Amino acid sequence: MGRFVARRLLGMTGVLFAISVIVFLIFNVIPNSDPAARIAGKNADPALIARVTADLGLDKPLPVQYLTMMKQIFTGELTSYAKDRNVVEQIWEGLPATFSLCIGAAVLWMALAILFGYLSAVHAGKFTDRALTILSLVGISMPVFWLAAMLLYYLTFKVELFPTGSYVPFTESPGEWAYHLILPWFTLAVLFVGIYSRVLRSNMLDVMNEDYVRTARAKGLSERQVRMRHVLRNSMIPVITLFGLDFGQVIGGGAILTETVYNLDGVGLYAGEAIRSLDLPPLMAVVMFGAFFIVLFNTIVDILYAVLDPRIRLGEAAPA
Amino acid sequence: MSPILTVDDLRVSFATEDGVVKAVDGVSFDLSAGEVLAIVGESGCGKSVTAQTLTGLTRATNARITGSVKYRGKEINGLDDNQLRDVRGEQIAMVFQDPMCALNPVYRVGDQITEMIHAHRDVSKKEAQAKAVELLRSVGIPNPERRVRLYPHEFSGGMRQRVMIAMALALEPDVLIADEPTTALDVTIQAQILQLIDQLNRDRGLAVIIITHDLGVVAEIADRVLVMYAGQVVENATLDEIFYEPCHPYTWGLLGSLARLDQPRTARLTQIPGAPPSLLSPPSGCRFAPRCSHVFDECTELPPLEARTGGVHLDRCWLDSEAKAHHG
Repeated sequence: MGRFVARRLLGMTGVLFAISVIVFLIFNVIPNSDPAARIAGKNADPALIARVTADLGLDKPLPVQYLTMMKQIFTGELTSYAKDRNVVEQIWEGLPATFSLCIGAAVLWMALAILFGYLSAVHAGKFTDRALTILSLVGISMPVFWLAAMLLYYLTFKVELFPTGSYVPFTESPGEWAYHLILPWFTLAVLFVGIYSRVLRSNMLDVMNEDYVRTARAKGLSERQVRMRHVLRNSMIPVITLFGLDFGQVIGGGAILTETVYNLDGVGLYAGEAIRSLDLPPLMAVVMFGAFFIVLFNTIVDILYAVLDPRIRLGEAAPA
Repeated sequence: MSPILTVDDLRVSFATEDGVVKAVDGVSFDLSAGEVLAIVGESGCGKSVTAQTLTGLTRATNARITGSVKYRGKEINGLDDNQLRDVRGEQIAMVFQDPMCALNPVYRVGDQITEMIHAHRDVSKKEAQAKAVELLRSVGIPNPERRVRLYPHEFSGGMRQRVMIAMALALEPDVLIADEPTTALDVTIQAQILQLIDQLNRDRGLAVIIITHDLGVVAEIADRVLVMYAGQVVENATLDEIFYEPCHPYTWGLLGSLARLDQPRTARLTQIPGAPPSLLSPPSGCRFAPRCSHVFDECTELPPLEARTGGVHLDRCWLDSEAKAHHG
């Protein structure tokens, strides 16, 4: 177990390094991305551009620039080119909104996906199953930005049922916090509910044919016990894998569309701004931040795997 | 003594795209308390479906089940899952073929046993756990206090089957249905498992239905033998009658394909020519007729299962008793 975690942490460092190099290089080959030219303004003379270039350290060789940037990220001194503000602080400020959005949505999507997947599998082929199948396909097919816009239009402008987005800190008013987040939670969760409930349904249908389920029935357990303890429990393992990946991804800025449409001041919104202004430091920091969470949750899932399925041994042949 | 389990004209058919498959076609038998009944036949003859149907475990939505299964005079065929809960495990317990797949890989074996106890009895966790340890010990698992906390994959095949048997015994049922309990095990372990079942039968008076295609297993432990072919019972007799006075040509074929130490080494094993008929459209008349070397005119009509050689030795063949006695 200890060795496993150590190995994964080492791997994580490798992944983060590779990602940072790739992002850095991509940024340097994008046309029209020279920050000095952008900062100096439209009609700047070459001398001004040269001065800005020197100020930002962009005249140094690429490896040196890269190392400087990395050092700034880890010491928390990285500042944005465009706005001259501390990047790490800004991400830090975005965390409450992002975490509130993602954790709430994750709870919602897991609860609904398990409920729908379970009902769908138990009533396979019947009306409930068909209705839920259509519902989940609709959920999967709806683009997040469209769904968010529709919900905003109908439920906040037309009916005035919900507030128009924006984030209220939990510490300020828990009620308002939840009230403001209901639509974003729902928007972010819909896609995942659709996918996960489908995956869970097919897993459950497979597991229902397993011999140990027959054994469970032969033991005289109630149908509910058979389904919950034997079918559902064993069907959850692949769903947990998906969850680890997706949750890491939405925390790490994947909720960018939801945050943008609902104007939630989180990491995703910040990432969106950085992309629009082609601002490397925040981009780099956000990507690293996202990659960190994806790798982190991947590792957690692998550890959770060994808990869920005792046949998996972490030390020996852990799935990479 | 009245039988503990009475099966009368049990029929199980599955509606498929190609037609109706009659997997079990009019099976009847009695099981007395303390009796070991072996159901033998080749793959696909309906023996496992018969066994599973007894406790309502044939669950396919396209299955049609008719006939009667009476446990101590009470009809249990057609009961719903909830009503069957009292029968399953409590009165009739089952052991399956492949003990690796039959145990849930994610739970400790002790928990799988106590789960069954809790489902039927109002006992504390501690009592159930102690009972699990005691059960594991009673089926010959060494060091049960430690083993009870292990997972199925940490057991060998034979030990897993012992766990299955221990679990089946948890509620002290009257009947144990063992569906090919030794097929997935190697020979030395097979003997141990059979010995265990035999011992439970003698010590506790447990009635056993053992499903097998292995006549060696039958000879070892059965009191009475039911020979099935293409969904029907073709012969129903005591162990000695099956081995010394078999009446049905199919039984002759099964016995002929058995390697025996009391025969000269040069004797070749005989095999039954052909393959079992499709259960979609079984031959009219005797189902074994197309493969039978004794076939004659009357075989175009299906013979009833009845005693032809006297006593309670039932068979389903038109040959006269003299011809049968001669062959047997």
